[in-house]
Amino acid sequence: MNIIACVKQVPDTEAQIKVKADGSGIEDGQIKWVMNPYDEYGVEEALRLKEKNGGEVTIVSVGPARAMETVRTALAMGADKGVHVSDPALDNADAFVTASALAAVIKGMPYDIIFCGQRAIDDDSGQVGPMLAELLGIPQLTLVTKLEYAGTSVKVIRPIEGAQLSIETSLPCVVTAQKGLNEPRYASLPGIMKAKKKPVDVKNAAALGIATESKTKVAKTIPPPARPPGKIICGDDPAQKAAEVARLLREEAKVI
Amino acid sequence: MAKGVWIVAEQRDGALRKISFELASTARKLADQMGAEVSAVLLGSGIEGLAAQLGKYGVDKVYVGDSPALEPYITEAHAAAAAKIIKENDPAIVLLGASVQGKDLSARLAGKLATGLATDCIDVKIADGKLLAIRPMYAGKCFGEVITSATPQMASLRPNVFAMAENAKAAAVTKFDPAIDAAQIKSKILEVQKDTSGKVDLTEANVIVTGGRGMKGPEGFQILEELAEVLKGCVGASRAAVDAGWRLQKDQVGQTGKVVSPNLYIACGVSGAIQHLAGMSSSKYIVAINKDAEAPIFAKADYGVVDDLFKVVPELTGACKKLVG
Repeated sequence: MNIIACVKQVPDTEAQIKVKADGSGIEDGQIKWVMNPYDEYGVEEALRLKEKNGGEVTIVSVGPARAMETVRTALAMGADKGVHVSDPALDNADAFVTASALAAVIKGMPYDIIFCGQRAIDDDSGQVGPMLAELLGIPQLTLVTKLEYAGTSVKVIRPIEGAQLSIETSLPCVVTAQKGLNEPRYASLPGIMKAKKKPVDVKNAAALGIATESKTKVAKTIPPPARPPGKIICGDDPAQKAAEVARLLREEAKVI
Repeated sequence: MAKGVWIVAEQRDGALRKISFELASTARKLADQMGAEVSAVLLGSGIEGLAAQLGKYGVDKVYVGDSPALEPYITEAHAAAAAKIIKENDPAIVLLGASVQGKDLSARLAGKLATGLATDCIDVKIADGKLLAIRPMYAGKCFGEVITSATPQMASLRPNVFAMAENAKAAAVTKFDPAIDAAQIKSKILEVQKDTSGKVDLTEANVIVTGGRGMKGPEGFQILEELAEVLKGCVGASRAAVDAGWRLQKDQVGQTGKVVSPNLYIACGVSGAIQHLAGMSSSKYIVAINKDAEAPIFAKADYGVVDDLFKVVPELTGACKKLVG
């Protein structure tokens, strides 16, 4: 099997996000960068498919120079090779430009199944997987929590509001991974050593022949609205405090 | 020139979902500012009769794509049908719901239309004749004001955030041929397993009662279920509770779970890790119940109770029962 896993480097979930004073973005000096958690599920599923069925796992990432660490992390988990699209012209790439870059890389290689995270936890867009599928003209299965491979097709489980769908799709296809799909492995020490020698192809936008102008831009980044200070309900009696909360919810907040 | 505000309505099993009315009401507001019409795309099989309901919330025209291939929802079929009618009519703005289906469809559709999409918006307005979409990023640790330079300008709206407003319009129905090529549809729904609890999804709930590590185990959640029952809400869980195996993944609130904005969020035994706060800070009212007075959750709470949740929650259930009857 030829399996591709797309990965993005994002700030760790514990990171404090501080907006720049001029609203032009976030302060990224103090941030610890990690592989997008949803992409980890994709990489893990790719490795499991390879281990069971044979084949090769290729990691593709679009991101600045530091994103190479994330490509290496995936290689250390067990992927075979990587492609890193790195170009300052892509620094503010939106989902469409990112998907175009991924599609341009992937078009040139054989593939049966492509994994993406269901969304990246930085921009929270969740668009790259479906857009990539569209640009490659193949089906997409988003928010997948279970996958069964059957040679020329896959069967997946995807939760929707109030139900679970079981869907079958012919390959090739794009699968976007949701938490629950698997438990990603940690890179082993020998894995980390081996990853250093695995091939990573670095490409720029010109080599891919893609337009780098984004369709959307974040005109301004703003901090979340401050919440008004709350009330701590005092007292010794839990019943009294509970009654007071219920009263406030009814009379002041009017939400019950 | 591109004109008009469009929505792609969402229906399931022959009934319009609430988000469709939120979309219609929001589109009406934007269209009135622009002096434009509101049109809706309605896709499915045997669903023409739903058009009038969209009119009630301000839709002038409904384009109905009716085909057995459009029921149930399959991405390829719906994206092809929606793209066809949108390309023929060249709207300025297209809104969808940021529901599971809407997110799946909107991204594919934006790809087909080679345009930009702002996902999961909590506010949209017209500024200098263009759509300005405001959306949380980093799960709500900050917000972005997004402008799309391509047409149509697309946005998906977070369910439960935009008000529904009645504003009766004609809702003139135009049927169109969705022209779906069966050979192009590679996906098939094998089975739909409905959640029989009758509860709405967390992202659509008006009230959420969440438990964290302080629940001590899966059985602790029973008192939260009882409180949620009285308040007609849902039970959520922190990442700690989900990772411990106490609750299902679908219940997780936070940066790697669901981002929610109910009217009322009651956090019980939740310390308030930054990744949890990111997922629930946009709730209208927040109640925190925790033994630890220093827990970061109290900084976000409108009402805080520093006490043993196992004592407070059953009392709160009783007190609420008396009030809501």
